[in-house]
Amino acid sequence: MATTRDLDVSGLPNFAFGNRTLLWWATVCLMIIEGMVFAISIVTYVYLRGRQPEWPPNLSAPGLFWGTVNTMIMLASAVPNQITKKYAEKLQLGPTRLWLAVCLLFAAAFLVVRILEYGALNTRWDTNAYGSIVWVLLSLHTVHLLTDFVDSVVLEAVLFYKPTSKRFVDVSENAAYWYFVVLSWIPIYVVIYFGPYLL
Amino acid sequence: MNWPQTMLGAAGPHARGVESLWWLFFWVTTAVYVLVLIAAVLATVRRNRPVDPQDPAASRRAGVAIASATGVSLVLLFILLISSVRTGRYSIQGLADPSHINIKVTAQQWWWNVEYESTIASQRVRTANEIHIPVGRPVLLKLQSTDVIHSLWVPNLAGKKDLIPGQEAAFWIQADREGVYRGQCAEFCGHQHAHMALLVIAEDSGKYAMWLESQRRPAADPPDEMAKRGRDVFLSAPCVMCHSIRGTGAGGRTAPDLTHLASRLTLAAGTIPNTPGHLAGWITDAQGIKPGTRMPTIGINGEDLQALLKYLQTLK
Amino acid sequence: MPADAASPAAIYDDRAVLEETWRPPAGLMGVLSAVNHKLVARRFVVTTMVFFLLGGLLALLMRWQLRRPENTFIGPDLYNQLFTMHGSTMMFLFAVPIMQALGLYVVPLMIGTRNIALPRLNAFGYWVFLVGGVFLYVSFLLNMGPDAGWFNYVPLSGPEFSPGHRIDTWAQLVNFTEIAALVGGIELIVTIFKLRAPGMSLNRLPLFCWAQLITSFMVIFAMPAVMMASNFLALDRLVATHFFNPAEGGDAILWQHLFWFFGHPEVYIIFIPALGIVSSIVETFTRRPVVGYTAMVLSLVSTGFIGFGLWVHHMFATPIPQMGQSFFTAASMMIAIPSGVQIFCWIATIWLGRPQWKTPFLFVLGFIAIFVLGGLTGVMLASVPLDLQVHDTFFVVAHFHYVLIGGAVFPLMGGLHYWFPKMTGRMLHETLGRWTFTLLFIGFNVTFFPMHLLGIHGMPRRVYTYVPDTGWGPMNALATAGAMIIGFSVLLFLVNAAWALRRGALAGHNPWGAATLEWATSSPPPAYNFHPLPVVEGRSPLWDRSADAPSVIGIRSDCREVLVTRVLDAEPDHKVEMPAPSIWPFVSAMCLGGMFVATLFTPWGFVVGAVVATIPVIIWFWPKESDHAGRAYRHDRSNERAA
Repeated sequence: MATTRDLDVSGLPNFAFGNRTLLWWATVCLMIIEGMVFAISIVTYVYLRGRQPEWPPNLSAPGLFWGTVNTMIMLASAVPNQITKKYAEKLQLGPTRLWLAVCLLFAAAFLVVRILEYGALNTRWDTNAYGSIVWVLLSLHTVHLLTDFVDSVVLEAVLFYKPTSKRFVDVSENAAYWYFVVLSWIPIYVVIYFGPYLL
Repeated sequence: MNWPQTMLGAAGPHARGVESLWWLFFWVTTAVYVLVLIAAVLATVRRNRPVDPQDPAASRRAGVAIASATGVSLVLLFILLISSVRTGRYSIQGLADPSHINIKVTAQQWWWNVEYESTIASQRVRTANEIHIPVGRPVLLKLQSTDVIHSLWVPNLAGKKDLIPGQEAAFWIQADREGVYRGQCAEFCGHQHAHMALLVIAEDSGKYAMWLESQRRPAADPPDEMAKRGRDVFLSAPCVMCHSIRGTGAGGRTAPDLTHLASRLTLAAGTIPNTPGHLAGWITDAQGIKPGTRMPTIGINGEDLQALLKYLQTLK
Repeated sequence: MPADAASPAAIYDDRAVLEETWRPPAGLMGVLSAVNHKLVARRFVVTTMVFFLLGGLLALLMRWQLRRPENTFIGPDLYNQLFTMHGSTMMFLFAVPIMQALGLYVVPLMIGTRNIALPRLNAFGYWVFLVGGVFLYVSFLLNMGPDAGWFNYVPLSGPEFSPGHRIDTWAQLVNFTEIAALVGGIELIVTIFKLRAPGMSLNRLPLFCWAQLITSFMVIFAMPAVMMASNFLALDRLVATHFFNPAEGGDAILWQHLFWFFGHPEVYIIFIPALGIVSSIVETFTRRPVVGYTAMVLSLVSTGFIGFGLWVHHMFATPIPQMGQSFFTAASMMIAIPSGVQIFCWIATIWLGRPQWKTPFLFVLGFIAIFVLGGLTGVMLASVPLDLQVHDTFFVVAHFHYVLIGGAVFPLMGGLHYWFPKMTGRMLHETLGRWTFTLLFIGFNVTFFPMHLLGIHGMPRRVYTYVPDTGWGPMNALATAGAMIIGFSVLLFLVNAAWALRRGALAGHNPWGAATLEWATSSPPPAYNFHPLPVVEGRSPLWDRSADAPSVIGIRSDCREVLVTRVLDAEPDHKVEMPAPSIWPFVSAMCLGGMFVATLFTPWGFVVGAVVATIPVIIWFWPKESDHAGRAYRHDRSNERAA
């Protein structure tokens, strides 16, 4: 039987944004995991460099053009990303759909340029250990670009199919993950393209 | 109990340092263990408990006891840490001595190639699975591997060192008394890791010098017909593809050098004693004795085999 | 935000409707689509115990071969596979997963909520684990099982010296088990942070949950390292990368760093949850909370942190600089301090409390006797000079079995005897339980104590036989005899469990008179765990409960609604709807499994498999009617909201 001290939670909302949600914490855990993956790969790169007198060994360093272009595209995508997040948190369906679509355009662009980046690496994965780690670093990030793209496509489709309040939370978390994918690129970009000069 | 391969039978300065450290650690940890057990037993069986299990005064006293026990543990750990670092510095670092001997040891699946270096080519010695050293002199082993990671370990003389392909490691040993010290590969290296032993034979400097001299000589000419026939069998069989005997045409480098085979105590990296019977068995059925070994089964038998054995036994 | 309290059809606090809403579906579909944490976790516990038995059988075979010198029972090839399978099974398929499984069962109950945070993901994790384990054993039976040790040092495990697919099997196994472990870790962190009952602030979180929380953080920081290592190895073997090939700039020691950076935290990932089990048992069976709650929590946290700084102590024999080695010696010794603090706190608790000599408590006493010995040999191994003598010998085998069996299996056995009544509604037979303990304790010591001597007297690890002159025969024979006793004690436990499932005394809510929330509901709990949801008033909720203790009201019964609270103080924040059962986690896991298995044979397997696996994952997340459970969605759609 209810006593007067019972805690009545019937008035509480049934969704929330940011670190109040389960999804946010799960996304943070995922970022830690992926962050560790990137960190270990970078440490491997530095370790292997330390075992070689010359770096890259018998090869030219990666060409800077496409990598830098892609970095610009990715950094620029932060703008539509942030706008999408803002509208999602205001529960405005129309603008959310629009700006998520803009994000998707950026995503398509950086995926295309990524293909060009592989060509500019000036090494194969099976040439030597340097080639192996450079390809792995780039490919790990590419996997994240792909999953981010697919996530966002599915979300956009759902926003048309069945937009409920919970979907806005998903869009907000997706934006956070997008930031992670872009920001994690920066150290990887520095290592792949400037590692030969800095180390 | 006679333990031929033990860290508690120290015969050299490295092993001796570790053995003393061992006893320090042993007594300290045993004392701690006994005290903890006594405390746990008493805690469980004691009577006269406070009526209130959560009595605050008793809890506070417990807190003090815990803090003290932790403090004592910290001090003991510190003592052990310092002792360990000092022993490490003393016994592990080089006994750098201009009179030291250089020996190159190359591990491969599943035997030890031992080469005594010298600037004069005719004074170089190549043998297998046995390292002779003079008593009282430091020996620098240069360790390499040509395939996978192995580990050289002769507990009576020193701790172990890994042999890693692509990297050379320097390792000092020294024996302070004569003896035959058994060691074994201590890093899993595949199929026959279990049968990759070696012997370190420490002798006084006179005997060591004699041994080295005789090892430097090329193979003796066969003294009789049967032995000569044996040499011919050897040179026309697949043996020469892998093995070498200095003084004959055989120059294979992928298997042990056999120039002084008969002077060694064991065969197949310590797996079987070096007797004619075992040698015959090894030649005709290596795979049966050490399955997976790189030595194939050689189809020599009858009189050819007897002749070959006779010849090999002349290679002292 | 206007709440849905205005909806006329909403039903609150109705037990009968709750039953209906949370009822799991029946039949095969029900089995494959279950998302209830208790169903998934019970399955998980049983599966890991099966792997424990398989791993134990492998060990018995090894011991039979080693019982005398030059034994010909098992040859080198099979023996090398046996010890690799034994290690891989125990470490990847038993020790970590069972601790997570126990956590996935107990934690939501202990914190007073209805389900784990991400129920479909949880189911996915279990299925991935199951596929991985089955895959490993099928490979072994097809003569494709790994044979270079559970630690697979390169270059032995590389393409040149281990041709064929044996090592690839191991590398893919790691992918399966690490995904499952990461999923479990995420689940436990999010659940413990966000789903605690109101009033259970962090400083009232039970020590068992603290242990699970810290372990889960360790999992998400450490597992990526082994996934990277095993995938680098798979790449070297499959597409000719050169991470570990010294001829092309790679490095054999890189493998060891990557593996042990995971490998050392791994043993604490196994050990820390066991410490949580010990605290639960000690509290219940001494009738008082564990002495020094704050010290206990800080000890768990520091063990977790320091555990990441020890890994080089597995590599003292490699040519790494000696300067750095002293740091790792110091860290490896210092980690004994927080463990020591916990032992002292438990002994103090027993000292002050009123011990009850039941089976779970006996296992705790056994834990103290065995684990402390193992911890002390660990201090010996931390010393570089000592380690260089006993590294890679049976001394190390003795050490880690003392800390893993003493430090994890004994508490686990205690935990299984403790929570069996909650999970099944029946009590285990007490006398059989005591015999299990006694025989396990004796058998364990007879098996593993002689191994200290074997290591000191020169016996290396991973050898399928040894020559008689070494003198190792008698100790090995003794160890084998002990192993038979261990096997028998495990058999007794199985007999006990089988008997108890049918004939055990009915348990009731709280047969042990314990203090934590899982004992506030029936045994086994209903699908919705509690009705009403509790409010917590102290660290030992059932002992600290006041006469007019409040509960939570206002949670909907006609949909799977759960209360989300704030991280630090567990104040109610909002409510979420938990998803209904779904087949898609199972299908996704099967597709992912197919992808990993296909990769064994061709790199395109990865690409094609990934594309295929994406499809069920998208369907899983695609909003559908069947995502919702309960009559709220059959009759009333007012819960949907669009701008």
